[in-house]
Amino acid sequence: MKRLLRWFSIALAGALAATGAMAQQPVKIGIVTFLSGPAAGPFGVPARNGFELVAEMLNAGRVPAPYATKGLGGSAIELVVIDEAGGPQKQVAELRNLAQRVDYVIGYISSGDCLAVAPVAEELRRITVLFDCGTPRIFEDASYKYVFRTGPHGTMDNTSLALYVLERHPKVRSFAGINQNYAWGQDSWADFDAAMKALKPGIEVKTSQMTKLFAGQFSAEISTLLSSKADVIHSSFWGGDLEGLILQGAPRGLFKKHVVALSAGEPAVNRLGAKIPDGTIIGARGPFGPFAPDNEFNRWFKTSFQERYAVPPNYASYKAANALLGLKSAFEKAQKAGAASPTDDQIVAAFENITFEGVGGTVRMSLGKGHQATMDNAIGTAKTVGGQLQMVNVKRYPADKVNPPEGTKSEAWIKSGFKK
Amino acid sequence: MSDLLAVLFDGVVYSSWLFLMAAGLTLIYGVMKILNIAHGSLYALGAYTAATIGGAWLAAGHPPIGSYAMLALAAVLVGVVMGPLLERGLLKWMYGRDEVVLLLVTYAAFLILEDAIKLVWGVESKLLPEPYALPGNFQIGELDFPVYNLILIAVAIVTGVVLAWALHRTRQGKLLLAVIHDREISAALGINVSRVYLVTFSVGAALAALGGALAAPAIAVSPGIGVEVIVLSFAVVVVGGLGSLGGAALGALLVGVVRSLAVRYWPEAELFTIYFVMALVLIARPRGLFSAPEARRI
Repeated sequence: MKRLLRWFSIALAGALAATGAMAQQPVKIGIVTFLSGPAAGPFGVPARNGFELVAEMLNAGRVPAPYATKGLGGSAIELVVIDEAGGPQKQVAELRNLAQRVDYVIGYISSGDCLAVAPVAEELRRITVLFDCGTPRIFEDASYKYVFRTGPHGTMDNTSLALYVLERHPKVRSFAGINQNYAWGQDSWADFDAAMKALKPGIEVKTSQMTKLFAGQFSAEISTLLSSKADVIHSSFWGGDLEGLILQGAPRGLFKKHVVALSAGEPAVNRLGAKIPDGTIIGARGPFGPFAPDNEFNRWFKTSFQERYAVPPNYASYKAANALLGLKSAFEKAQKAGAASPTDDQIVAAFENITFEGVGGTVRMSLGKGHQATMDNAIGTAKTVGGQLQMVNVKRYPADKVNPPEGTKSEAWIKSGFKK
Repeated sequence: MSDLLAVLFDGVVYSSWLFLMAAGLTLIYGVMKILNIAHGSLYALGAYTAATIGGAWLAAGHPPIGSYAMLALAAVLVGVVMGPLLERGLLKWMYGRDEVVLLLVTYAAFLILEDAIKLVWGVESKLLPEPYALPGNFQIGELDFPVYNLILIAVAIVTGVVLAWALHRTRQGKLLLAVIHDREISAALGINVSRVYLVTFSVGAALAALGGALAAPAIAVSPGIGVEVIVLSFAVVVVGGLGSLGGAALGALLVGVVRSLAVRYWPEAELFTIYFVMALVLIARPRGLFSAPEARRI
């Protein structure tokens, strides 16, 4: 009997030790992403799916190395997902509520929302990881302690695109643009315009069409672009506007008569497939989706996502996964430094300048005093082979070639001709 | 010259689409004195229904030409189902209240319908590009234009002519004009005003849905498309004069052509020009281009 009791106690102790880590209080992470409105389909929901998949896989200990530990430093991750729709003012109020309910916040696709919530997160002293918004102004115009961005900012989308266009089509003499008339579209066009002029002095701008966001119908704009006879057409369109431009422009020969470069075209690859005309230049706002490196970690993410949601992950899903992995890396780095339950300040210290492995490649928090990520970028050209859309002539650009150096504003850096 | 012709053609295409929307909106306002914000959702419902049944038609292997019939069927379905549902189920209980209350009620209906659309169709966009590319292109100067745009213009013209004929040349239309002029006297004369309201709202809903169904092949049908449309449609009916079909046609033409000219020659001012035209019209004619003088009531 004594022997039996001894074995029982040993077994019980072992079981408790094994489950001890996950029996800790769960870590609550607030997730803010578009669940409604026009940005939900192309970005918000694929991002939420990325968050949920990676959180569940981390909790189950099924994420490959280097993320073998379960959850966040051994504690289970619990997600509290809220809708980003409603505009910056609403998001500020939502963040104030959310900060009381969760330990950390990850979110924000809209640059307007990021600009609005960053100072509030700082005021609340709540670690907030921005995962997708593009504006470089977050850390170029301000400095934050509790705010991080694990996705590259928008500058490299257009510097890489300009480099690629001029490498593939060195004889181009003019370009035109069609972008949405708000911060994202204007900033994207300004970056591309400046990059093209810096890389090829004397190149001519034929027209810049700034359309109302979600206008949907572009017959007059397409006529103007066709009439302009510009060699290259740049667009940072996304969502329904991007799909509408392709559906309306392709039958009219827009993509045959011009080199069309889409800086955020990747989400349309899964949606439109072979409807994207051959020769269209596609960016993915980083080495994501079809541009992600072919390694075990990326294959795991792609396969798991595809199995669960029956669609491949797009760049928003990749960036969502990277944000969770970045927070986990910082948390566990702080733990390794000696804090079993690290404080926010210890996590912040660990997060600054960290380098971690993301699903699309290595992420370096090397800008914005260690708060802003950089990654390599990749651009490719669409080509349909056997009915399947493929990315060909993929060119990778090292992060330091397409991003400004620390302490230099993007606009000034592009205009200087990418000088380091 | 061909350049200007192309610009004008783009303007007329845009006007045609705007007119379909604005005609329904102005008809409902003329008869029922309701500024129907839910008109945007009816447009979206038309687009989603068209993408769904048109897609199903093509997926079943039926002749692609039949997809045009599916677009028309989508408009009729939305008009027949949503018109009575909204009018009998909601608006009927609000008649006699202030116009602002009715405006808020239709805004509430708009919000509910937007969420209902999300529940039914999800957040991913729906595509039905086949009818847009099917008839091929024609040329104006060096520019290719889809023949589909000619279909859109033809539908808008036929719709306008049929509506004008129905209003002015048929007994039912004259009864409706009587209700527009004075609802109380019409009721006192024995006109079934309640039925006129039901028919008017359903026809207005079908027109909004027709606008959406005809737009569906050219756009990605996605959440929020109704929001954009309703703002522009209001601008058109305000320019033309609330309640006037001719005003809606002229307002749509004015807004469409001015927008197209701006896109070509002054793209920075595209949005500004639409509302600048609206402001100019309202300064010269505060009740819009075609508004009838309001009868004095004692």
